[in-house]
Amino acid sequence: MPNVLVFFEHLTDTLSKPQRELLTQAARLGTVHIVSSASADTTASTLEGIDAASVRTPAEELVAPDAALVDLLAAAVSSTQASVILSSPTADATDVMARAAVRADGGLITQAVGITEDLSVMKSVLAGSYTTTAAPREGHPLLVTMKPNAVPAEPAPGTLPEPEVVLVDAVAPSPSVLDRAAIEAGGRPGLAEAATVVAGGRGLNGDFTPVEDLADLLGAAVGASRAAADAGWVDHSAQVGQTGATVSPQLYVSLGISGAVQQRAGMQTSQTIVAINRDEDAPVFDIADFAVVGDLFEIVPQVIEKIRHHQSS
Amino acid sequence: MTDLHVITLVKWTPDTQQPRTFTAEHRLDRSTGILSELDEHPLEAALVLKETQTGDQNRHVRITAVTMGPAGAETAVKKALQMGADDAVHLSDDELAGTDVVGTSLALRHLIETVLADTPDADHLVLTGMASTDGETAAVPAQLAERLGWSLISQASELSLPDSALIATRHTEAETQTVQTGLPAVVTVTDRANTPRYPNFKAIMAAKKKPLSTWSLTDISVDAAAVQPKVTIAEATPRPPRKTGQKIVDEGQAADELVAFLAEQRLI
Repeated sequence: MPNVLVFFEHLTDTLSKPQRELLTQAARLGTVHIVSSASADTTASTLEGIDAASVRTPAEELVAPDAALVDLLAAAVSSTQASVILSSPTADATDVMARAAVRADGGLITQAVGITEDLSVMKSVLAGSYTTTAAPREGHPLLVTMKPNAVPAEPAPGTLPEPEVVLVDAVAPSPSVLDRAAIEAGGRPGLAEAATVVAGGRGLNGDFTPVEDLADLLGAAVGASRAAADAGWVDHSAQVGQTGATVSPQLYVSLGISGAVQQRAGMQTSQTIVAINRDEDAPVFDIADFAVVGDLFEIVPQVIEKIRHHQSS
Repeated sequence: MTDLHVITLVKWTPDTQQPRTFTAEHRLDRSTGILSELDEHPLEAALVLKETQTGDQNRHVRITAVTMGPAGAETAVKKALQMGADDAVHLSDDELAGTDVVGTSLALRHLIETVLADTPDADHLVLTGMASTDGETAAVPAQLAERLGWSLISQASELSLPDSALIATRHTEAETQTVQTGLPAVVTVTDRANTPRYPNFKAIMAAKKKPLSTWSLTDISVDAAAVQPKVTIAEATPRPPRKTGQKIVDEGQAADELVAFLAEQRLI
């Protein structure tokens, strides 16, 4: 069985669904080893009951962009002799994985949507218009950042070994963090992992209430077009598209978004797309499974009321 | 004050507004392209740095635009020269055609070191886009920083260089941060950082007189073996186009029909 190392670049007191998916994926490929940026105490309590052969942590929590994270991961790759290393596809994780790939003389694949036992890695590319299968060169470790929803979140239960503290001696120069503020999620699910996304665009005209109301009713994440985010109607972290999040939910509800290429790049692999727009020629209608030409400010409140009625009947 | 030499990486990529395809060798068809729109932002950031550093601090700033790609990629550096870069280098070599992130970052490291050998006493800064619009791995800048042994700041949406230290605002999935680093550094600049300028006629004419060199791997002392990919694409399958679904016009009944559709699909 190959050794598979899971890298958590940001671990809080609960494992997120994508993090549990990574553990599930790792167990399918081989023997699971874990390296976490959090302290040994946090790591041990968050990962309690997870089956793993080894766990490594720094002496104190490391926060990106601290280059010591690269030392931590590279040390773990070397001591576990891992042939596969998995992480989330966040920008912070990608930076560390990319640098560790250089140190380990390994291959790197980002944003994978699937990985087989013989290490074929599937990826959706060119704004979802192609699926590629890539193969690593023999004899080099393979580092893969994985998108959410590739596998079920069912990590094997077991006993977590005592974390081993890795001493990192920052070899690379690193920026220092002068100030940091957490982005408020507002109690909604994360955009990348949500089963349903309700997104709004220019057609909202500054008032995101219909989007938020429908999202909350459906337990959905809120998304936005670049135009809506740039206008400041919603935080930039909600942006879906080429330079924002790429999502593949079961249901994507597009409200008042024309659906230019930039936006479509981020959502056209959604399973079902529903769109409401006043412009009957909106490009989003070309890819929508159900398209409504009309005024979203009239239709969405009716939809909310009817869904409530449906749910209670 | 020490001179500043900024290198901006610009990539020639297939136009995202046009259909993009793979070749029989499972490589992206690169027969046509434009300067990647995401690479205009680091260039704009470099130009603003130059304006402020030259004006406020009377500092000499040189901006070199570099690209790596087939013959057509010269278009990307030419556009960069029109926007305001001082000089440009195009690395072009058939051996680079099938390389991956790992090979690309290796070639770029040697390309940049060769360019910077010209200004050994200056401060050095590499600015890149947040991702390419084709490969979209967003991993080359980090590998480049690693190979150069430089500091890395990714996802910068604001950038300033008040004195010898660079200060940036970066947005990650979890946090907004203000970070600081000394030089040399690699910084990736997002599309939120600025609005890139359009070159005017005068700038386009002036660009024709600016130095543009074309180099091969030999010019940067890299063996072809060193840029062989660690990962190869075995298959590239076009995704079947999405079928256009039902389209209705609201005449008061749309909410009913929409909710019926969602219920039928078991989505509510």
